Amino acid sequence: MSDLLELRGIHKRFGAVAALTGANFSIAPGERHALLGENGAGKTTLMHVAYGLVRPDAGTIYLRGAPVTLRSPRDARRLGLGMVHQHFTSVPALSVAENIALAAGWGVRPRALRRRVADVMGRVGLELHPDHRAGDLSVALQQRLEILKALASEADVLLLDEPTAVLAPSEVAGLFGVIDRFATTGGAVVLITHKLREALAATDRVTVLRTGRVTFAGPTAGETAESLAEYMIGRPAESAARSVSVPPRPEPVLTMRGVSVPPDRGQGTGLVDGALTVAAGEIVGIAAVEGNGQRELLRAAAGLLLPSRGTVDRVGAASLVPEDRVSEGIVPAMSLAENVVLGQGRSGSWVRGRLGLVDWRAAERYTAKLVKTFSIMAAGSMAPAGTLSGGNQQKLILARALESNPSLLVAENPTRGLDFRATAFVHERLRGAATAGAGVLFYSSDLDEVLGLSTRVVVVVGGRTIPVGPPLDRLRVGALMVGGTS
Amino acid sequence: MDPLPVVSGFLAAAVRVATPLLWAATGETITERSGVINLGVEGAMLAGALGAAVGASGGGVWVGTGVALAAGLLVGVAFALVAVTAQADQIISGTAVTLGAIGLTGVIYREYFGTAGAGLSLPTLPPLRIPILAEVPLLGPALFAQPILTYAAIGIVPIVWLLVYRTRWGLVLRAVGESREAARVAGVHVGAVRFAATVAGSGLAGLGGASLVLAQVGTFAEQMTAGRGFVAIAIVVLGRWHPFGVMLAALLFGAANASQYLFQAMSLDVPYQVFLMLPYFLTIVALAGVVGQVRAPAELGK
Amino acid sequence: MVAVTAVAAAGVVLVAGLELGGYDAGAAFGALWSGAFGSGYALLSATLVRAIPLTVIGLGFALAFRGGALNIGAEGQFYAGAIAATAVGVHAAAWPPAVAVSMVLLVSAAAGALWIALPVLLKVRYGVFEAISTLLLNFVAVSLVSYMVTGPLRERSGIYPQSDPLAAAARLPLLPGSRLHLGALLAIGIAVVLWVVMRKTLWGFQLKALGLSPRAALVTGGVGADRMLASALLWSGALAGLAGGLEVSGVSYALFQDLSPGYGFTAIAVALLARLHPGWIVLSGILFGALEAGAGAMQRDAGVPAVAVYVVEAVVIVTILVVDALFRRRQIVRGIQAGRVTA
Repeated sequence: MSDLLELRGIHKRFGAVAALTGANFSIAPGERHALLGENGAGKTTLMHVAYGLVRPDAGTIYLRGAPVTLRSPRDARRLGLGMVHQHFTSVPALSVAENIALAAGWGVRPRALRRRVADVMGRVGLELHPDHRAGDLSVALQQRLEILKALASEADVLLLDEPTAVLAPSEVAGLFGVIDRFATTGGAVVLITHKLREALAATDRVTVLRTGRVTFAGPTAGETAESLAEYMIGRPAESAARSVSVPPRPEPVLTMRGVSVPPDRGQGTGLVDGALTVAAGEIVGIAAVEGNGQRELLRAAAGLLLPSRGTVDRVGAASLVPEDRVSEGIVPAMSLAENVVLGQGRSGSWVRGRLGLVDWRAAERYTAKLVKTFSIMAAGSMAPAGTLSGGNQQKLILARALESNPSLLVAENPTRGLDFRATAFVHERLRGAATAGAGVLFYSSDLDEVLGLSTRVVVVVGGRTIPVGPPLDRLRVGALMVGGTS
Repeated sequence: MDPLPVVSGFLAAAVRVATPLLWAATGETITERSGVINLGVEGAMLAGALGAAVGASGGGVWVGTGVALAAGLLVGVAFALVAVTAQADQIISGTAVTLGAIGLTGVIYREYFGTAGAGLSLPTLPPLRIPILAEVPLLGPALFAQPILTYAAIGIVPIVWLLVYRTRWGLVLRAVGESREAARVAGVHVGAVRFAATVAGSGLAGLGGASLVLAQVGTFAEQMTAGRGFVAIAIVVLGRWHPFGVMLAALLFGAANASQYLFQAMSLDVPYQVFLMLPYFLTIVALAGVVGQVRAPAELGK
Repeated sequence: MVAVTAVAAAGVVLVAGLELGGYDAGAAFGALWSGAFGSGYALLSATLVRAIPLTVIGLGFALAFRGGALNIGAEGQFYAGAIAATAVGVHAAAWPPAVAVSMVLLVSAAAGALWIALPVLLKVRYGVFEAISTLLLNFVAVSLVSYMVTGPLRERSGIYPQSDPLAAAARLPLLPGSRLHLGALLAIGIAVVLWVVMRKTLWGFQLKALGLSPRAALVTGGVGADRMLASALLWSGALAGLAGGLEVSGVSYALFQDLSPGYGFTAIAVALLARLHPGWIVLSGILFGALEAGAGAMQRDAGVPAVAVYVVEAVVIVTILVVDALFRRRQIVRGIQAGRVTA
């Protein structure tokens, strides 16, 4: 066997959770291989094992036929493995060249460095200005840097973790071009993804994981979206229920006019002259590539960010479900009840009098009810919120937001990192809120989710808002997302 | 009144007073570049001062300098164990380390020197005149007739610059201070880098204490550093965490402190407490004027 | 419990240090104990008297720290309060006692808040780290006191660098037969109020959330860090200033240099040892008051420099910090292993 990389019988537990059970994986030179599975299936864990970031409890790693022990990514890199992670792993304050030098272990004398960096860029076929600050790069260019870093270390196996999550549909084509080029020179590429379509379109072989076990491994050519979906989820995939277009009641709960908001956290374009209305009963979905102003739009709508220009008119209260669960949605060290009290603030029914005295018993009783109604798996309302799983944390956040009966519910990527069941739960609750008369405004980096859940779609690109009329097809909306005309 | 010798004397005093600050600030720059803010630098300086006094009284100025360096390194290790290895809150632990150093130096001082008090006499470092250059009017005595520890303090600045910006070590140091996670992914042992940077910085602060005792004041008194270590932290901010900027900022503070001589010479009747307060006020103003526009190493304090 | 470990560790270090230094550890501890608790006088007039400023300042530090703000400038705020108290108190002869005392205390609290106002402004407007700005102002306050007692507030006879004595009306009533003043009751009262605020009010709860996770507090709770921390810091400064006023009108009856043997820093240890809990702060204040009271006796009778007490405090602080940090890390590691937190 001329496999470049092989993983045999990998087992890994994190506490009580079995992340991987007897997983096998192999890839040959020149091969483009998709590692497919839904969120939480173990794909990233398996590749972290291959990259030396995680030590398996059992199993062996073979590189070019010989068994190896990886104590850290350094070992993996020395053996020719490169990984491009989902999150940015460069140092924002340093330049592109310095970041490459850091990752590849090079010296930093200016002239020599410049030459080596130019070499790598030519070899790989990706260009970046070497002196630009890494933190100033757009998201797509950041990814370029990540790839350059991996390949500068002379990798012949490239592991890409959900690379298209941050790319617009047209940029995805460019990425696959780079992958193909790498494969023709004899490199091997592993594409970790949960998107069936990509696996089918761009790879030679596919391995499917479901809850830590391999359910399929073979050539991509013989498979279809349905067959792969079945391997991923375990039953014929139910077509995502299309939202019934509810004729919106005429009263808008949100009206935004000419709103400009500077980029939050200094990244991206911010919002420039944005306009948006949301009526009661509507589900308005925002389609955008990250960094184009969608964050500012949503947060200004919720009242969290103040516009520098323009007006935001809300009827009634707004609730926000933030993108970053653990650092913005909850205080992990505090109990569930405390998190509920935090979320509802002054308007909580347990706050009495002008001095703002809190009746903790009442808050705990309320929280217990919430836990039951929403089937939140927790060790009681006094348990620290940080001990909940991601899905249950999101349930808590959603429950808290919904129970305060807002007239506007704003959700940022509410299903990110959730598995199929939790995702379905969130969709159900969002639809329910709209039916009950709230206006729902949400953003997802998954275009299919936006198209499937919304009653109306608005594209945000370059900080501007572009309402989209029917037909809502992928290609059209995707083109708008990168600035093409409708 | 002939202005030339007055101004010349003022400049010389400015450089002399700035030297301990420069040692401590250069050291703290290295430390903070790795993302660690070391409030124990005051304690390191004080420990260095005592070390210099003890060493010098026993074995001369060079032994004193050596002991000062060792004392500074020791304080640095103590702080690093708490703030870097155990990852406890850097501000509080730094304050605690300084507090402990004040107590410990007080005890050791009385043990060793009894109640000699200000009457303690120590061998000192005389100014080292560089021929020809020292004759230059105005700047000559200021820059070229200083004790050797001053030349060393200035000489170390370009070395630090080279290390930080032109070597791989410096790249790693800066990476750790800006993004621990990215550095970790790149295979850098973040804790080790921070530990080393902290100890090294503390050692330099110890040398600052030596400079204070052996080249400026000539004796030891309890708590004689009087917050110089904290001023050094502000100097680092003012100098934008860049070795040359820090050097300029240190000189500025030396000048502020030395301005009392100018005022005296001009027979202006200002209460001496004003000059005591001046460096601290300057520091606070500097912090306000600089911090907003300038970025600290992103991981500072975390 | 962490606190017990810290005290035990400090004790061990003290004994070891004493032995190393050639002192008689037994005699030193004996002197320490008798100086602190050995007699009615020691208890009431030495230990508890010193416990009062430590408790009050400690409460202030805890309040700010709960929200994540570090007020290291309590020493300076204490002096600011002392200056203000003296300035008013020496001229209060003609007032009825209740008015005089109230005025003195109010003014001292206001002065403390004023002294921290600049750092607060700098923090809110320019993002200056309050730990450094408050710390630096300590030194300024010390110089200011020096200036005051050799200048504007100097005693009429002009012999010593100290102020005129406080008018009798402005002095706090004492427990008969001791030097314990009314401030003791005030300190306990403040502790109770703070406990209610922290545990039972929405404001106190939001402050706690802010300290644990500023981002979540803002996004989820709509809590504005600037306003809340400014508030907490101002109260913290006011309490430290009040402590200064209590010291002047209850103990020294005049202003002079070195009025505080480092209360502002010791109070940090007091607050941390008590895990920021108001009730425990009272007890912790008494413990450290005992330490300070005993230190004087220790120096007199066993020849151990009083300043060694600082080392004890440092060890206490460090032990608590380290144990806390290690504990937190174990929890995070466990969380990663359980798959809850991404590594």
